[in-house]
Amino acid sequence: MSIETTPKQSWWNRIANPGQFVAWTGRLLWPLTILTAALFVIGLWLVFFQSPGSTPNVGTTLRILYIHVPNAWLSQFVYGIMAVSALGTLVWRHPMADVSMKAAAPLGALFTLLALFTGSLWGRPAWGTFWEWDGRMTSTLVLLFIYLGIVALWRAFDDQLRAARVIAVFTLVGAINIPIIKFSVDWWSTLHQPASVLRADGPRMPPEILTPLLVMFFAFTFLFLTLHLKAMHTEIKRRRVMTMQRRAAQGAES
Amino acid sequence: MTERQVYPELTLRATAFSCGRGGMVLADALSFAVTGGNCLLLRGPNGTGKSTLLLTLAGIVAPMSGHFALEGADADDGPHLHYCGHRNAIKARLSVLENLQLWATLNGATGITPSEALETVGLGDLSMLDAGYLSAGQSRRLALARLLVSERPLWLLDEPTAALDTEGHALVTRLIDGHLQRGGLVIAATHDDITLPHPNRVQTLTLVRKS
Amino acid sequence: MKPFSTIIAHELRLALRGGGDMLTLVLFFVIVGAIVPFAVGPDKALLARIAPGIVWISAFLAMLLGLDRLFHADHEDGTLILLRQSELPLSAIVAAKVMAHWLVTALPLILASPVLAMLLAMDLETFLRTLMSLLLGTPALAAFGAIGAAVTVAIRRGGLIAPILIAPLSIPVLIFGVGTITATQSNAAMLFLAALSLMAVALAPFAAALAISSAED
Repeated sequence: MSIETTPKQSWWNRIANPGQFVAWTGRLLWPLTILTAALFVIGLWLVFFQSPGSTPNVGTTLRILYIHVPNAWLSQFVYGIMAVSALGTLVWRHPMADVSMKAAAPLGALFTLLALFTGSLWGRPAWGTFWEWDGRMTSTLVLLFIYLGIVALWRAFDDQLRAARVIAVFTLVGAINIPIIKFSVDWWSTLHQPASVLRADGPRMPPEILTPLLVMFFAFTFLFLTLHLKAMHTEIKRRRVMTMQRRAAQGAES
Repeated sequence: MTERQVYPELTLRATAFSCGRGGMVLADALSFAVTGGNCLLLRGPNGTGKSTLLLTLAGIVAPMSGHFALEGADADDGPHLHYCGHRNAIKARLSVLENLQLWATLNGATGITPSEALETVGLGDLSMLDAGYLSAGQSRRLALARLLVSERPLWLLDEPTAALDTEGHALVTRLIDGHLQRGGLVIAATHDDITLPHPNRVQTLTLVRKS
Repeated sequence: MKPFSTIIAHELRLALRGGGDMLTLVLFFVIVGAIVPFAVGPDKALLARIAPGIVWISAFLAMLLGLDRLFHADHEDGTLILLRQSELPLSAIVAAKVMAHWLVTALPLILASPVLAMLLAMDLETFLRTLMSLLLGTPALAAFGAIGAAVTVAIRRGGLIAPILIAPLSIPVLIFGVGTITATQSNAAMLFLAALSLMAVALAPFAAALAISSAED
């Protein structure tokens, strides 16, 4: 029953079978959903009632950061998940890695978009503009383009099984490139505007800010995990339907 | 032509082998062995996986399960097979001879010279012509000439007689027979009758549609 | 080495006989650059200031345009399958093709860049730096382009999606390319650009070959 008692190889092989995977992880879905909801309730309560907001203006804009920072973290974390899945596809040819990769791409794009959106909402009162060509925002924008390119690539392939390995190659190329892009964009933005604008989140963070931030951080991470798992299940079902349709078409032919 | 055995003793053996594409198994539980000097004809209606089987043996498509091996071949010698598919891989802007010379260099000029090969397949007079002007049958002959310029023991032929005239059919028979005489192996998917001078060298594998 | 140089020679021969492809790309490069003054006005000082950026954007777009022919034709006519049976590993073949691709797309652009420099009122020193940055940066563009072309080789409308994939990856090339010309730390930018090109050219053939062998069947 428990994962630890079964040998690693058999556990690994067992979740390689899509049906087994759905059966095993299906049980996790409801607990995860409830956990996510609970974290959000606690987190939002902390954000709205416990976070410092004595001067209404600063407190309000600060609250955007509780949404922004977790999303910014997720925009990179999801790419990490995709890169690991890509390795799984290429090295171990694990069927669930394909599905994980495909399910993560639109979610990553969504969280990156949210990070940019909340960032510009914060930027309006803080910098007086919605968009600043700041190094961090610019590289997040480039990351969004990469996510969207991968989503478009998935949609362009007719055969999803073949697509997986090709997209895995591209995902890994992207993973190698993202640090380079980040470095070059930082170099470029410091060149054009010597003093960086955003230094609000220094290491000295009072606990009444840090606690809600941490809770929101976990809330969003679990939100991603829940959605990712659900999206994987949906993708498995979609593939099953497609296989059945193809088989039916072949049966009709003969 | 004086033919002699030039290849070492080779056997292509497949056991419990299945292939397919896009997650659909097309042909499964195939077991066969072809030894040097023999020809395996793949037969069966459209859509039963003949082309996919050839692509799998060529290493382009991964097998769904089981395995196959060319026994007796030294992997260090480089690729051991010629694949001749539906598409002729001919560059229209290059002359017939230039097309062939490229492959002689890339695959190793171990066979007869490109001019001799063109002579053999009946394109000797056209060697300076742009390949774009070749008819479908002539393009096929050029693709077959590629098999002759580099010596490789295993030939995988997908519909070798497609678009060829009666004389062309005789040419394919002649080429296959010559290759078998030298101890080579041929696996050919075909709908046409290929009658070789030595019927005992021919095996047939009929693929059926999976229901 | 013989098969390697044969592929380069073969690709060059194909490009030279391929009608106007090379000329079209050069024309595209010059026309894109020459269109900008119509959009921003014929202010010579302004043009001279943004000229490096214009030249790089034009070169970038022209190289994207030329990508389609890198692997697509070979995929369509079955050459790619046969290339995989040749004595050379696929990654070496891809490397040869990328080099040939650079010779027939990037080199003509670099040769045509004086025309654009003149139209955009560049001074001599800026122009020499532009030449340098194009020479150092276009190999990286060709290498990233090869990855994009390889990833989309099996897609019927791959020509449309490849630029979307490559553009974000090429941003560092643009930054350091233009940085080599204009920035205050132009020497650092030049070194970064060279490093980027070296890395891309060294790694891209393997990634592209892996993508092709996964996509082809």
